[in-house]
Amino acid sequence: MSMDGAEVLKRTLIEDEAAILDAWYASLREGTSLQSGRIREAELQTQAKAVYGQLRDALANGGVDADGEQYTLLREALADISRSRAIQGFTPTDTANFVFSLKAPVFAAIGKAHGTDAATLAAGTWAASKVLDRLGLHTMEVFLASREEVIGRQGQEIAELSTPVVRLWDGILALPLIGTLDSARTGVVMENLLQAIVDEEAEIAIIDITGVPTVDTLVAQHLLKTVAAARLMGADCFVSGIRPQIAQTMVHLGVELNVVSKATLADAFALALRQTGRKVVRQQASAEGRR
Amino acid sequence: MDRIPILKLGGVLIVTIQVDMHDRLALALEEDLTAMIVRTGARAVLIEISALEIVDSFIGRMLVSIAAVSRVLDADTVVAGMRPAVAITLVELGLELTGIKTALNVERGMALIQSRLAEEDGFGGDREAHEG
Repeated sequence: MSMDGAEVLKRTLIEDEAAILDAWYASLREGTSLQSGRIREAELQTQAKAVYGQLRDALANGGVDADGEQYTLLREALADISRSRAIQGFTPTDTANFVFSLKAPVFAAIGKAHGTDAATLAAGTWAASKVLDRLGLHTMEVFLASREEVIGRQGQEIAELSTPVVRLWDGILALPLIGTLDSARTGVVMENLLQAIVDEEAEIAIIDITGVPTVDTLVAQHLLKTVAAARLMGADCFVSGIRPQIAQTMVHLGVELNVVSKATLADAFALALRQTGRKVVRQQASAEGRR
Repeated sequence: MDRIPILKLGGVLIVTIQVDMHDRLALALEEDLTAMIVRTGARAVLIEISALEIVDSFIGRMLVSIAAVSRVLDADTVVAGMRPAVAITLVELGLELTGIKTALNVERGMALIQSRLAEEDGFGGDREAHEG
């Protein structure tokens, strides 16, 4: 008489636990997860054992519906594992194989127990396949979601890092640009700078391009736009930090920046102080200066 | 038809634009302002646009032409209080308002005008103040 697939799977997992786990460990050992050195064998086996235990309990209580309530704990455990895999930099294959490599040992165990009964064998295999596939997909979903999260956070951090407006003095702002300027970034840079000019009632803004790797005609155009917009707001704009090679390239390319430009931020700052009617003096003559 | 009021303060004409500019209003302003400069012999024009939220190429061109006309009549034009969004729009339109002086707000604009007037008046007379 043939048996229900869920029942077959449940019994097999309970009765053949030791054999299945051993086979699973062996298959995990052959996988690439360990070879990449990102995880130790003991840790991998602990995770495998925990997942196995939870799968067994879930099957005992909740049948083969891997989306059901009985599987919540197991799904959460797998999600945790996937998330840590994503952060540790595992490949998607390694992550998915953690669950999928359990299939072969389970199928083998079912085959050993019910090899003579074709209908039971088929039902059991189907049940195991269904549950493990669903769990494997869940693992991948969490893995991908975690990766997306990491990428999104990095993008946000880069955007925040790349356009700070610094107040150097009353009415003097500096905008150290780092990285390549494209139209999208120029837009953000321009908005931030102009808003800061309004907020700080700045008279002078210094755009420092020490961190800009190349200045071609396009970048120069973006810079000029920013300078022009700042001028329309009533603020003077200087450009500083043009490196020697870049200055040469610009001249060779015929790029012209018709703005006040200074070699270093310090020079530009000194000019800004002078233009706002300030002067930096040494408070006390230094030892050498006193003769 | 609505007209934008023009105030005279010493030798300076002050215009504050508090409504959305449309084309006829802009043309009327240019006409009124030109007439007013001639009538009062003003030396400078201060246009305050902090309430102006929308500009198009026509309004931008109008600002340029007001400045050009004023210069012919020997008056400086200062545009004060431009919003960031307006500045970005004008730059994207390619209207960089060359020849127009700009200031962050009315106070700065007035200071700019006063210093320029003092410079012109003091030319040859009070040279030291200019250099200091």
